[in-house]
Amino acid sequence: MTYPQPFRSVGAMMQEGLDDGPDFLSEEDRGPRAVNVDLQTDATLQVDISDALSERDKVKFTVHTKSSLPNFKQNEFSVVRQHEEFIWLHDSFVENEEYAGYIIPPAPPRPDFDASREKLQKLGEGEGSMTKEEFTKMKQELEAEYLAIFKKTVAMHEVFLCRVAAHPVLRKDLNFHVFLEYGQDLSVRGKNKKEKLEDFFKNVVKSADGVLVAGVKDVDDFFEHEKTFLLEYHTRVKDASAKSDRMIRSHKNAADDINRIASTLYTLGTQDGTELCKFFLKVSELFEKTRKIEARVAADEDLKLADLLKYYLRESQAAKDLLYRRSRALVDYENANKALDKARAKNRDVLQAETSQQICCNKFDKISESAKQELIDFKTRRVSAFRKNLVELAELELKHAKGNLQLLQSCLGVLKGNT
Amino acid sequence: MNAYMAYKVSTRTSLAMFKSKTFFVRRRFSDFLGLYEKLSVKQSLHGCVIPPPPEKSVVGMTKVKVGMDDPSSVEFVERRRGALERYLQRVVSHPTLLQDPDVREFLEREELPRAVNTQALSGAGFLKMINKASDAVNKMTIKMNESDTWFEDKFQEVESEEQQLRKLHVVVDSLVNHRKELCMNTAVFAKSMAMLGNSEDNTALSRALSQLAEVEDKMEQLHQEKAANDFFVLGELLSDYIRLLGAVRGCFDQRIRVWQRWQEAQSTLQKKREAEAKLLWANKPDKLQQAKDEITEKEKVKDFKSHIIKYLESMLQSEQRVIKFWEAFLPEAKAVA
Repeated sequence: MTYPQPFRSVGAMMQEGLDDGPDFLSEEDRGPRAVNVDLQTDATLQVDISDALSERDKVKFTVHTKSSLPNFKQNEFSVVRQHEEFIWLHDSFVENEEYAGYIIPPAPPRPDFDASREKLQKLGEGEGSMTKEEFTKMKQELEAEYLAIFKKTVAMHEVFLCRVAAHPVLRKDLNFHVFLEYGQDLSVRGKNKKEKLEDFFKNVVKSADGVLVAGVKDVDDFFEHEKTFLLEYHTRVKDASAKSDRMIRSHKNAADDINRIASTLYTLGTQDGTELCKFFLKVSELFEKTRKIEARVAADEDLKLADLLKYYLRESQAAKDLLYRRSRALVDYENANKALDKARAKNRDVLQAETSQQICCNKFDKISESAKQELIDFKTRRVSAFRKNLVELAELELKHAKGNLQLLQSCLGVLKGNT
Repeated sequence: MNAYMAYKVSTRTSLAMFKSKTFFVRRRFSDFLGLYEKLSVKQSLHGCVIPPPPEKSVVGMTKVKVGMDDPSSVEFVERRRGALERYLQRVVSHPTLLQDPDVREFLEREELPRAVNTQALSGAGFLKMINKASDAVNKMTIKMNESDTWFEDKFQEVESEEQQLRKLHVVVDSLVNHRKELCMNTAVFAKSMAMLGNSEDNTALSRALSQLAEVEDKMEQLHQEKAANDFFVLGELLSDYIRLLGAVRGCFDQRIRVWQRWQEAQSTLQKKREAEAKLLWANKPDKLQQAKDEITEKEKVKDFKSHIIKYLESMLQSEQRVIKFWEAFLPEAKAVA
């Protein structure tokens, strides 16, 4: 069973025969969709993803820019980009020594529809074993799930771009401008096996290094505190993120079961027109509606809680990377000092040693200064993002609980009235 | 092991045939089974749908007898109690069965002789098993030509209803399991959030996160109750009905057996026997007319309705509590600077 046509973006998708009633997707409206991040949008450079297309195994994002900066040829323009090009941009930031002192906005995760596709396939295989109604219902649900995943991946790619655009230094990056403006394909081939292996080793070295560096106590209190805090925070966020995912999955499973109960009751109810069957039909209807609400609750929890945790998992990793770079610079500086002392003692290559020591010192100071500001900003962003999402989560839970309550009350009224 | 669980059966009645207006007796599980046995062999009740008692469970009872104090044995006893109660209520709501002296004795008499032949490992038990097996074989070999379309239709109906109810039961079971899983995962998540709250250095946010952890904890308790609700109210109701439908099929089977005997009588051409069997057969439709009325909708509807209404009412209460929890949390979240 092949998956149907390319899925269009949010705007068009809203009309695609989704559930009746308040669409849970409508929480995410147009405009700066800063889901997990609180950003000040600036008129001089506004970036968003205005459209997206899902084909076979890739997603094409339409990146739309509005800018009054002189660097660009026009004030408003759009290009089409794929996931690999986002990764290329992110990596170019990471590898740029100039940006060592900044928290590099974390790269968006790869669009992953595998799980959804697998489920769709299984549904196709099991088509014979269930009734027509059941099949249509499950198909609708899986399509809604696909939609939700799609929407999420669009949001995450957008957030990445918005963070870059909002950063005072990164927004001026040349690669970024090329990314936004260049009409053609950037032909960034994905990393081949050799490069991936290199990356792997680099990471191994980095983590080993990281452990060594983490052991060194920092002279500066601020950074020492930040280091301890970030290490602990990162671990806890990781844990919370994994557990929230599991919880939400159970919730979805329970909602699926309620769906099956509703269908079976419906079948029972349509056997004949007796009073019992009418009763079954009413209850089946109730369960159907309850299930929709439960599914929305799970989806909202996913959006407001799980995604938030996942995002801050990635950002806290980026912050840790910053601290690591600073520590590395510190170690380099200290080594340069030692080399200078040795050179002075031997009275050989003193000038060279002095220059290199000066460079290291400057690098370290520059990183330290910007790192401090970045970490403070990180904290502010984090607190406000959590606040926003927690408030929205609570409001949504309340809305759904009240809706459910009303549903139950009216149904009970009807059922009791009929006795 | 001589220990056993005794259930208190209390009756309140205005019927003249009972000695007093309110009374109670203590019965053990095998007494209930014994009652069923007695009723099902009575000729006079042939053709009636005799409500089946809950199933035996050696494992469950052994755990309880050994005095294991874990929640699963408490659950087991509660399930059994509920099932026995529903069983008795069905027996007494049947007009013919209520008149039966054995039923009255069950409700009234202080000491009941031990129903020995209900033990699984007794001689009588084995005999029963053998009879059941031979019955099954018989059923397979003889195919009856159904002449009465009413029975044909009803049989189909009963079969398909049983199938649907079985399916429903499976799904409800799955729901119960998933809710239990959700419970576990929510509890684990709540702890994780609490830890996160601890490591967060912004105090207002830290407090908000700890509050969230508490809300999730409360939700976990709610989920647990929901699961119990699903299980006891819905699941057990369905099991009862599935068993009841099994009893209805038993009725059909009886009818087939009687027909078989009639056929046999015909084939041996023993006129006398044939006449006797014909008489028996003539009585059948009468008794089965009774069965027709018993499978009436009214009782079933009322029973189903009341159970489902109970279920929905408890769902209502949980939703109200959910609302309270989140309303309490909202100001905390808003207070984060």
